[in-house]
Amino acid sequence: MNRRDLLKNLLIIPPGIFLGGLFLKTLSLLKKTPFGKISLESIYGKYNPHEHYYAMGIDIDKCIGCGRCVEACKIENNVPQEPFFFRTWVERYVITVDGETKVDSPEGGIHGFPETLSEKEILRTFFVPKLCNHCDNPPCVQVCPVGATYKTIDGVVLVDKDYCIGCRYCIQACPYGARYLHPETHTADKCTFCYHRIVKGLQPACVEVCPTGARIFGEVKPRNNPLARFVRFNKLGVLKPYLNTEPKVYYANLDKEVT
Amino acid sequence: MPQQIKYLFGLAVVLVFIFLIVRHYLVSPSFGQYGHYRAASLQTVVSQEIKYGGEIACTECHEDILTLKDKSYHRGVACEVCHSAAYAHTQDPYEHKPPAPRTRAYCPLCHGYNPTRPTGFPQIDPVRHNPAKPCISCHNPHDPTPPVTPKECEPCHTEIARTKILSPHAPLPCTQCHEAKEEHKLNPRVALPSKPRNREFCGQCHSQEAESPPEIPRVDMKSHYSGFLCWECHYPHYPEARLKKEEETE
Repeated sequence: MNRRDLLKNLLIIPPGIFLGGLFLKTLSLLKKTPFGKISLESIYGKYNPHEHYYAMGIDIDKCIGCGRCVEACKIENNVPQEPFFFRTWVERYVITVDGETKVDSPEGGIHGFPETLSEKEILRTFFVPKLCNHCDNPPCVQVCPVGATYKTIDGVVLVDKDYCIGCRYCIQACPYGARYLHPETHTADKCTFCYHRIVKGLQPACVEVCPTGARIFGEVKPRNNPLARFVRFNKLGVLKPYLNTEPKVYYANLDKEVT
Repeated sequence: MPQQIKYLFGLAVVLVFIFLIVRHYLVSPSFGQYGHYRAASLQTVVSQEIKYGGEIACTECHEDILTLKDKSYHRGVACEVCHSAAYAHTQDPYEHKPPAPRTRAYCPLCHGYNPTRPTGFPQIDPVRHNPAKPCISCHNPHDPTPPVTPKECEPCHTEIARTKILSPHAPLPCTQCHEAKEEHKLNPRVALPSKPRNREFCGQCHSQEAESPPEIPRVDMKSHYSGFLCWECHYPHYPEARLKKEEETE
C-alpha cells in the first residue's frame, strides 16, 4: 500500500464505520417504534389527555411513616430493591430541643423508623413523604440534551428510557433529588405518578395503599375531585418555592424546616 | 460568479442534503409531534404492567369481608396494604394467592410506638403489649377493635402517657383534668373529652389558698402572669416549673 492509498482509506473507513453504526442503531430503534406519526388514540385509547391535569396533595399531619407507599412503589414500578433507589421515600424530621434539625430516611422508610432519640430531646417531629414534584416548570426537562425527559399534555413529567443516554444531567438538575440512575438500564428513572395506572382511571400505587389517606391524588382544575377538596380546606406549601419550579405536589401542614 | 464560489455552493448543497438524510434516519418519526419528545415513548410508559388492582376489584368477590372492614377502624386501609399487589389475583384467583401477614412483626409497622407518629394514632409498645402473642389472636385485622375496650388512655395516647409518667404530674389520673365519656373509647372523635378552661382549675391545687399537700408548688394567682392561661406557658403533661427549680439546686 502506498501513501496515497493509506490516506484515502483513512478518509473513508473510520467515517464509514461510524455511519454504518448509526444506521444499525437507527434500524433497531425503528423496530421498536412504529414508523410514522402516532395518534393520541393509539397511545391512550379512549382517554383524552387534554381533559386532565394532575397533581398530588400530601397531608403531613396524617403520615404515620409506615413505609407502605415506598414498598408499593417499588413493586408496582420494578424499582430495584437496594436501599439507594427510590421513586418515592419517607423522611423523618426531628427538631431537637437544642434547635437542631435532624433528617433521616433509613432505607427510604420501607421497614419503618427505629427510635433514635428519647422524647426529652425532641421538640417537634413529623414524617414527610417525598416524590417527584412534577414541576410545571421542570429544570430536568430543560437540561436534557436529547429530549428524553418531557412534560406530557396532562402535566406529568416522564422519561423516555429508549432515548435516554444516561448522562445524569437531569439527576443533577433536580432540586428535589427525585431522580436516580437505574442500575440495569443505565438510564434516568423517576416517579411517573403511575402514568400507566392513571390513564386507566386507577390511583397511583402509593395513594392506593396509604392507610391514613395522607396522600391525595387528583386534578388541578375541576372542583369535583378529592384534590380540589384538599386544596380548599388546607393551608398549602410546596418544596423550595423560591426556585420557581412550580411543583404540583402540594403539602398541607408543611414545616419551615422541610426542604 | 467565480468558479470557487460555485464549487463551495455545490458542496454546501450536498452537505445539507446529507444532513437531511442522516437526520431523517436518526430522529424518530414521532419526535416533536406533541412536544420536544418522542410520542412513541408514551406508548412504552402506558403499556407498563399493572401490579396493584385497586380496592374496587376486591369488592366483586370479597363483599363480606369488605362490609365488615368498611364499618371498622380499618375502613380507610385498602386490602392491598396488607395483602400486597393483587392484580394478578384478580385475573387468575387460583394461580396467584395474595399473601396474608400473620406474624407479630407486621402490625407494628403502623401501630408500633414511634414519637414521630401523629398524636391520637393508636400505638402500642410491641415489647410490653401482650408479648409473643400474634396480633391476630386478639384483633381481627378486618375489624381491629380491641376485644376489650381499653380501660386506660395509654393505648391511644401513648406519647402523652409516656411524657406524663416522667413528670411531677405522674400520679394524677387523666380524669383529674379530662372528663371522658364512655362513648369516647368507642367513637373517639364523636365524643371528645373535656379540657380545663380557666386558671382557677389549676388554682385548685396551685394557688396560695388551695387546700392541697404543702409540697405542691404555689403561685399567687393574682400577680403571676395574670391574663395568661396556665397552659400557655406550662405544658400540663410535663410541667417544667418545678423541674427548673430542681436543676438549680443540683
